[in-house]
Amino acid sequence: MAATGGEAALAIRGLGMVYRRGDAAVEAIAGLDLDVADREFVAIVGPSGCGKSTLLKLVTGLRQPTTGTITLHGRQVAGPRPDVGIVFQSPVLFPWRTVLDNVLLPADVLKLPRADYTPRARELLELVGLGGFEKMYPQELSGGMQQRAAIARALVHDAPLLLMDEPFGALDAMTREQMNLELQRIWAASRKTVVFITHSIAEAVFLADRIVVMSARPGRILEIITNPMPRLRSMEDTLSPEFGAMVHHVRGLLGGGGRGAAL
Amino acid sequence: MARLRQAALPLGVFIVFLAVWEGIIRGLEVPSYLVPAPSAVAGAFYRGFAEARYLDHALITAFQAVSGFIAGSLLGLAIGTFVVVFPMAERIVYPYIVALQTVPKVAVAPLIIVWFGFGIESKIVIVALVSLFPVLVNVIAGLKAVDQDRLDLMSALGASRWQIMRYLRLPNALPFVFAGLNTAIVFSVIGAIVGEFVGANKGIGFLILQANFALDIAAAFALFVVLSIMGVTLHATLQWLQRRIVFWSRAEEHFRA
Repeated sequence: MAATGGEAALAIRGLGMVYRRGDAAVEAIAGLDLDVADREFVAIVGPSGCGKSTLLKLVTGLRQPTTGTITLHGRQVAGPRPDVGIVFQSPVLFPWRTVLDNVLLPADVLKLPRADYTPRARELLELVGLGGFEKMYPQELSGGMQQRAAIARALVHDAPLLLMDEPFGALDAMTREQMNLELQRIWAASRKTVVFITHSIAEAVFLADRIVVMSARPGRILEIITNPMPRLRSMEDTLSPEFGAMVHHVRGLLGGGGRGAAL
Repeated sequence: MARLRQAALPLGVFIVFLAVWEGIIRGLEVPSYLVPAPSAVAGAFYRGFAEARYLDHALITAFQAVSGFIAGSLLGLAIGTFVVVFPMAERIVYPYIVALQTVPKVAVAPLIIVWFGFGIESKIVIVALVSLFPVLVNVIAGLKAVDQDRLDLMSALGASRWQIMRYLRLPNALPFVFAGLNTAIVFSVIGAIVGEFVGANKGIGFLILQANFALDIAAAFALFVVLSIMGVTLHATLQWLQRRIVFWSRAEEHFRA
């Protein structure tokens, strides 16, 4: 299930990003190379300010890199593209739209026929455990449920790559654990490529086929760790010595600070 | 039943207030051309509707206020949207908007009577002018006050400027627009009355001037009551619309937290 299957869905070569503020220049990312295989789940962990979110903005085409290239499904990224689904740290749902209409927003923007996509949106809401909530408004849902709706929205236009920027960072520990299990199930069922950014080491190890550990600014890759644990993983697996060893190793790479180590 | 009990205390206080007022006027023999007793106001109110055609005049004032309000609000919406869509227009137009806003519109009223005549047209223009600014300012603020996350979401989907306007900026601006409309509706009645004060032969403002000249203070008070009923009705209608159209706005803060 790991990096073995298919050609690279996402190929990043020599990526560098420098922000200029007046005379000062801040180097956010320097010389980053990464390949993500089709249907692979890759987690990126690193300390605050390691350029994780910058990396995500570059992959989505919201910003252009200073140096290097990003190739997605064989085509270089030059701007926002419909073959990417994004989940942000906050759900970013529109309060004037029902849950179903929020999930259908990408279909509306991409001018895809509602008649075809409404059944799909309903199926996805079912998949993320929000069946029966279609007609409710986001503000009537809990934080975890809102983030589930956001995941359904990211999947609705069937983009093969799902980018997730600390999607569960704002949730409480119990909900977060639940959402990790759910995400694994959704990923297995929807067969997407996932790039998952997090500052939680345990979350990264639990979810990912490979864990990309990044250094503090400027962001570089310290090491890429392959997680051999079989799917689907359960919360009991997090108690295994294998799991503990990986968490320990990543924490060591990040300087033993153990930042956000709790799942 | 609970609502009845909730209403009982304010109502009781109001009745006591009227009784004390009536008592003071009668006890101290305050002349009616200074402050009228509530009973005299009620009498004037009744006679006004029975004999003096208050209803006709009130409808004229209400018509001026509402049509001017609608015209001014639509104009505010249009200019506001235009200015946000074309930032260049904002740089050119906005200084004039600010400059105009600092001029008390009341000061311009006599000029507008000269231009548009004694009829209802001049009042509608004055009302439109005073309603325009609160709506305009709020439309501009609302269209611009969009969360960066929401913009990023739309941009990442490759949304066009028009799509961002339609799916995000316009609905996002609606709570602001209603804040502006709530101010504008209050201004609209003021504008209509000011217009009638400056020059008119119909309307509640015209009747108030007549009552003042005749030192019929009870009638003036009765007309204030008519005006406040009008204001409360307009405000309540707008509130009702607001609850239906921007149903999410009260939950918004909670939702973002």
